[in-house]
Amino acid sequence: MRLLDLFRARKPAQASASAAKERLQIVLAHERIGRTREDFLPKLQQELVAVVARYVAIDPAKVAVNLERGGDMSTLEIEIELPGPQAMRLQAAASR
Amino acid sequence: MAEVIVVTSGKGGVGKTTTSAAFGTGLAQRGKRTVVIDFDVGLRNLDLIMGVERRVVFDIVNVIQGEAKLNQALIRDKRVDTLAILPASQTRDKDALTKDGVRQIIEELSRDFDYILCDSPAGIEKGAMLALYFADQALIVTNPEVSSVRDSDRILGVLQSRSRRAEEKLGRVKEHLLVTRYDPARVERGEMLKLEDVQEILAIPLLGVVPESESVLRASNTGTPVILDAESIAGQAYKDAVDRFLGEDVPHRFLEPERKGLFRRLFGGRAA
Ligand SMILES: Nc1ncnc2c1ncn2[C@@H]1O[C@H](COP(=O)(O)OP(=O)(O)OP(=O)(O)O)[C@@H](O)[C@H]1O
Ligand SMILES: [Mg+2]
Repeated sequence: MRLLDLFRARKPAQASASAAKERLQIVLAHERIGRTREDFLPKLQQELVAVVARYVAIDPAKVAVNLERGGDMSTLEIEIELPGPQAMRLQAAASR
Repeated sequence: MAEVIVVTSGKGGVGKTTTSAAFGTGLAQRGKRTVVIDFDVGLRNLDLIMGVERRVVFDIVNVIQGEAKLNQALIRDKRVDTLAILPASQTRDKDALTKDGVRQIIEELSRDFDYILCDSPAGIEKGAMLALYFADQALIVTNPEVSSVRDSDRILGVLQSRSRRAEEKLGRVKEHLLVTRYDPARVERGEMLKLEDVQEILAIPLLGVVPESESVLRASNTGTPVILDAESIAGQAYKDAVDRFLGEDVPHRFLEPERKGLFRRLFGGRAA
């Protein structure tokens, strides 16, 4: 430590503690709900995908799911890649 | 009837055993007949922290399995005469503990002691569940750090749903927050969660704040519960917590960074 540093005010805090607080508040709000009733989001996702699959043959590997749990609101993002017209025609021909 | 107090945290290494040793010794110093039980079967450590490791003959598993009488397994402390320790087994695994076995031990101890302190192992497996099952009160040991706070919250949920009090609808387990390894200098720099933040998130009454202190390692080196080191800030903080627990109105201390003089800043000084 240089002598000068002793007298200089410390650098402004890199306030990681406030990030810790915010993250904790959000995750705990969700975990506390999970304790009393089941978290419905994973189930919602499964059922939505199942409904789509009833209408079009989808490749399970081409379903992307993103869940972002927030304080005020959560977003569930489901991206299902539907087969293009070409593939659909082939499929229709095959099933005939 | 004795009061059963569990010292628990979910997360490992946050200071449960340090707290069990200090708090138990503190209660005994205040004249309360106190026994501290080590529930960490397979990883016995309370005996070392309390300095009785050379006197262990039988342990809790021997008692549960009928191989020894409770009185033979209890170790009476030589420093504080109202204090006793029931060690964990070092060789058996956690499955050697049974709910009925623990119930019998607690019932028997209830006749001779005022306080039964249960030092919980980390996690939420069998040993931890049994340590908290019979609790009337809980000391939630929490470090100002995200994973510790989250696990404390989880354990609070378990206490409210899976303890005997919860299952038999006997009223809520009384919860006390004990924040340990608190470093006011790091808090001031915004690097560590503030006490108020931890309190706000966990929302249970605060019993005490034990600062990060070198005296804790020193105490464990010599097998002396840190509360017996009356000079140390950690020892004093534990004593305050015991006094508060027994109903005294004691202000919180050691929440501000120690202001070092120029001399100590130049040549170093350590927290006692
Ligand atoms: N206030 C403190 N200041 C400095 N070090 C501390 C403090 N409290 C505990 N420690 C240290 O932290 C470590 C873990 O403490 P301890 O064994 O009491 O935790 P634990 O919660 O019982 O751990 P486990 O989950 O493994 O049973 C030890 O090395 C101890 O010396
Ligand atoms: Mg321990």
